[in-house]
Amino acid sequence: MNVFSRLLRGNQQTSRDIAKDRLQLVLVQDRIHLAPEVMHELKDELIQLISKYVEIDRDGIDITLTKAGRRSRLTADIPVVGMHQK
Amino acid sequence: MSATVITITSGKGGVGKTTATANLSTALALLGKKVVAIDADIGLRNLDVVMGLENRIVYDLVDIVEGTCRLRQAMIKDKRLEELYLIPAAQTRDKTAVTPGDMIELIDQMRDEFDYILIDSPAGIEQGFKNAIAPADRVLIVTTPEVSAVRDADRIIGLVEAEEKGPGDLILNRLRPDMIKRGDMLNTEDVIDVLAINLIGVVPDDEAIVVSTNTGRPAVIENGSLAGQAFRNIAGRLTGEEIPFINLDGDDSFIKRFSKLFKK
Repeated sequence: MNVFSRLLRGNQQTSRDIAKDRLQLVLVQDRIHLAPEVMHELKDELIQLISKYVEIDRDGIDITLTKAGRRSRLTADIPVVGMHQK
Repeated sequence: MSATVITITSGKGGVGKTTATANLSTALALLGKKVVAIDADIGLRNLDVVMGLENRIVYDLVDIVEGTCRLRQAMIKDKRLEELYLIPAAQTRDKTAVTPGDMIELIDQMRDEFDYILIDSPAGIEQGFKNAIAPADRVLIVTTPEVSAVRDADRIIGLVEAEEKGPGDLILNRLRPDMIKRGDMLNTEDVIDVLAINLIGVVPDDEAIVVSTNTGRPAVIENGSLAGQAFRNIAGRLTGEEIPFINLDGDDSFIKRFSKLFKK
């Protein structure tokens, strides 16, 4: 699909773009089905564990499931705000 | 000669497994190979009709497994080609009539006699699929560039890997270059990105396929159709030839991107 036709459409999404996005999302869910409650538990336990070692910003935590080739990737993005006082 | 056993599966129904099995079997026979095609869709017999051999059925796959007939008696020889045979499915039974163990035993009996054994898998993920992949040396997954078909293909690839037959090679079927150009159809790169397996062929949507099913003459037999050419190319790649993909995406980057996938 060329740049020119994209310019004409004013950078609106084509149905193909929409299909691709939806497919990516649905496949991540299909491949690893972690129910929301389970995801929650996972997040809580992860926070507890990391907190033993460093101080973290609990509200800034982001845990996502993405696709990597035929596998999935669980990524935990955790802001560290400091070390524990000894 | 020791056969390569190839199962053609998809997950989703109606994406072209039977068409692919019929055309690839025929194309391999046209290359001088000794080929048998097996319809593993018990209860919904179709490969016979697509190959134009429906009037010659006496015995079928279930008859062999149950010992009603000998292997040779159920094999239909396609008179148009040198060495192409078909074992049809049973029409009045269902998938539970055969087990994966039965299929492995049956294929083992034939390995020494053939270059290629192609198995047409039914749609779905149950017994019929399990029967079809049990004896496979290699698996081809057929999909069309549509969301539901690709989703099902992804599931099937996962199951194929779980059975340790993976990962399989993809046949992307029924592409429409006009729709791809307009941005209304997923292109080859989109599908490969999402499924992340090797591409073995792209086949355009082609009226010739409808005509070929009407007449019972697989499209690879004549020279006129793009779909026929695409299937002949896939057959060539199965034998190890390096054949460039037909450009159905309408842009040059396609060829450069997939040049490393020429192998197989």
